[in-house]
Amino acid sequence: MIYFDNSATTKINDDALKSYQKVSETYWGNPSSLHKFGEESFSLLNQSRKQIADLFNVNSDEIFFTSGGTEGDNWIIKGVALNKKKFGNHIITSSIEHPAVMNSLHQLEDNGFEVTYLPVDEDGRVSVDSLKEAINENTILVSIMGINNEIGAVQPIDEISNLLSHYPKIDFHVDAVQTVGKGDINFFLNENVNYATFSGHKFHGPRGVGFVYIQRGKRLDPLIAGGGQEKNQRSGTENVPAIVAMSKALRITLDNYDVKIQGQKSIKEMILNHIQNFDKVVPFSKDNDNFAPHILCFAIKGVRGETIVHAFEQYDIYISTTSACSSKKQQISGTLKSMNIEDDIATSAVRISLDEDNTKDEAKKFLEIFDILYKKFDKLS
Amino acid sequence: MNYSEIMVRYGELSTKGKNRKTFISQLANNVKSVLREFEDVTINAQRDRLHVNLNGADSDAVMKNLDRVFGIETYSPVMRLDKDSEISDIQLMSKQMIEDEISESTTFKITTKRQNKDFNLSTYELNDQIGSYLLDNFENLKVDLKHPDINLRIEVRMSGIYLSSKTIQGALGLPVGTGGRATMMLSGGIDSPVAAYMAMKRGVKLDMVHFYSPPYTSEQALAKAKDLASKLAGFGSSINFIQVPFTKIQEEVKEKVPEGYLMTIQRRFMLKITAELTKKRNATGVFTGESLGQVASQTMESMMAINDVTSLPVLRPLLSLDKTEIISIARKIDTYDLSIMPFEDCCTIFTPPSPKTKPDLEKTRHFEKNVDVDSMVKEAVDNIKVTKIKAGESYLNSQEDVFSELL
Repeated sequence: MIYFDNSATTKINDDALKSYQKVSETYWGNPSSLHKFGEESFSLLNQSRKQIADLFNVNSDEIFFTSGGTEGDNWIIKGVALNKKKFGNHIITSSIEHPAVMNSLHQLEDNGFEVTYLPVDEDGRVSVDSLKEAINENTILVSIMGINNEIGAVQPIDEISNLLSHYPKIDFHVDAVQTVGKGDINFFLNENVNYATFSGHKFHGPRGVGFVYIQRGKRLDPLIAGGGQEKNQRSGTENVPAIVAMSKALRITLDNYDVKIQGQKSIKEMILNHIQNFDKVVPFSKDNDNFAPHILCFAIKGVRGETIVHAFEQYDIYISTTSACSSKKQQISGTLKSMNIEDDIATSAVRISLDEDNTKDEAKKFLEIFDILYKKFDKLS
Repeated sequence: MNYSEIMVRYGELSTKGKNRKTFISQLANNVKSVLREFEDVTINAQRDRLHVNLNGADSDAVMKNLDRVFGIETYSPVMRLDKDSEISDIQLMSKQMIEDEISESTTFKITTKRQNKDFNLSTYELNDQIGSYLLDNFENLKVDLKHPDINLRIEVRMSGIYLSSKTIQGALGLPVGTGGRATMMLSGGIDSPVAAYMAMKRGVKLDMVHFYSPPYTSEQALAKAKDLASKLAGFGSSINFIQVPFTKIQEEVKEKVPEGYLMTIQRRFMLKITAELTKKRNATGVFTGESLGQVASQTMESMMAINDVTSLPVLRPLLSLDKTEIISIARKIDTYDLSIMPFEDCCTIFTPPSPKTKPDLEKTRHFEKNVDVDSMVKEAVDNIKVTKIKAGESYLNSQEDVFSELL
């Protein structure tokens, strides 16, 4: 099997899985229990927190565990909006955010908030100038993703945070779900970023677990009320086995990440260099620093994206239409639409997303099959 | 920059006449003890200075540990070059050493000592060649021989050429162990670690007594007290941590003594046991973290009623400090965060709603007769558990090793 759909999800790391099992078998106490057995779980929970904080150069008390990226995005956007509504009701985001951000904002719009959706250029990037123009006295929050999940555009988080540092009233959230191990974390989580969302299964951790970064001194309302776990900010018995496994997966993923990035970059380059020679291929991702090293989105004109996905799947090769979340609904990619790509080309888009385990041999095999399929599609269209 | 050695200057102890030798060897031992994690480091104590040879160890980490050792007045990180080094090597190293400290206008001077008379350049030539090289390299640098921001010291010795540019303030005080031995009553709160710190600053080596009352107090409360002891060990010496079983005494006192005198009599037990242990271990005094008027047991009347059980000196370094002053020291010595961890300790359980703030000594003695003091004190003293605690240990997170493979 060749798995090129790592932005949808990744395979859990073997050692992380072992930790998951060991914790489930041995340290299954409730971290809130007073007894020694619960205390062990509590200690394990906090060491996981510390490990994550250390890996990201932040403080332990700035990390809060969640059930994953969707909860994280929902919590921060709604929690900040609720907490700051007395200061204003205007939120700014990009037009290419993940549905977890988009639909949270739509809900807020139904409840009296105003949202500005910034356009993107032909590389799928927002511009700092348009952000500056959009800011008004009611703006309370800016939410911009670090790396776009559909075409891999890296957003100018550094420039945006520089701009926002002049607006202390406005909080800045980065949806960093796609960024882990794909670039320098200090770029996506710099000192002017107030909140960031992460998801375990995007970096070989288990499903159903993630975490958010909330900068010291920042306040937001909890979304999930209950027993007061996570310092009263996110109730619910902590998923200790998944949390431990996630922090292990994070450590392993970030180990030597720059070398791993080079590997993914060179595979992406190899595939892109090959396919862009074909007349009907339209690549959307480019081979430069404005794009993530692991995502390659392209279309074959005249062939529907889902047809391409199914054609490759017959050879045990797994790629996707632009994003796993919207692919079953047969919607046109929101990102491509925002980039003003025509509908008939956008419906032909597919996405390859790599990780550090992919090899050049796999890429070679992929390209062999690509040649065969392209010839077939070419004749039929 | 990773330096090759740290040069330590002695403080007050250089004035201690005949005892000087013992003071210096005690300081050397203490330095050795706080640097024990650095296996390659060697220590060489001389009459006027102590040299810590790093042999590749991380100089920042070593200096962080040295910062806490009492008896050090100042220290300087030093770079050693080979004794036959070319002038160009010395120039380059000088430049690297002061690079970080140069701002818009910085002044400097060079102090050269040339013991190695075979060295091919004279003191004057060295000063001239290094000084002009630095002036050429840094636009904002000026010479000021009287009040320079940077004093670059160059010592040309037989064993090598030593460069240093920074002088860092040490912890002052006297080396722990040169001021006799005493026993500290360590509860785990904010005050007692601060009192211990102040005792240690004057050179006193402390054994620490902690009263343990399971199941009324948890294992974490005990681990927390041990972690505090480990923090305090960083000031210069390992600490004997004496854990005293106290449950039975507390239960018995609670049962048989009128409520108003519970606290006073419990405290008398604690002091009596501590005094017994102090004598048994050939120490000469008891330190406590009491501060006048802070709580019911710390009024003049309470102190008299409690102090009644021993003739040993009971020393209270915090006696006249305010709580805010104590907290600010606790923060400075990094014990505050540990101290405020919310585990119940033996002082807070069984506290009556309104303890006597002015207990009467005669009544106290009278009510104490309801319990068999001597046999309970003996039983507690016979069942102590002593743990030797070193700097840098953690008991609260002792599972870390077990957990490290999971993470």
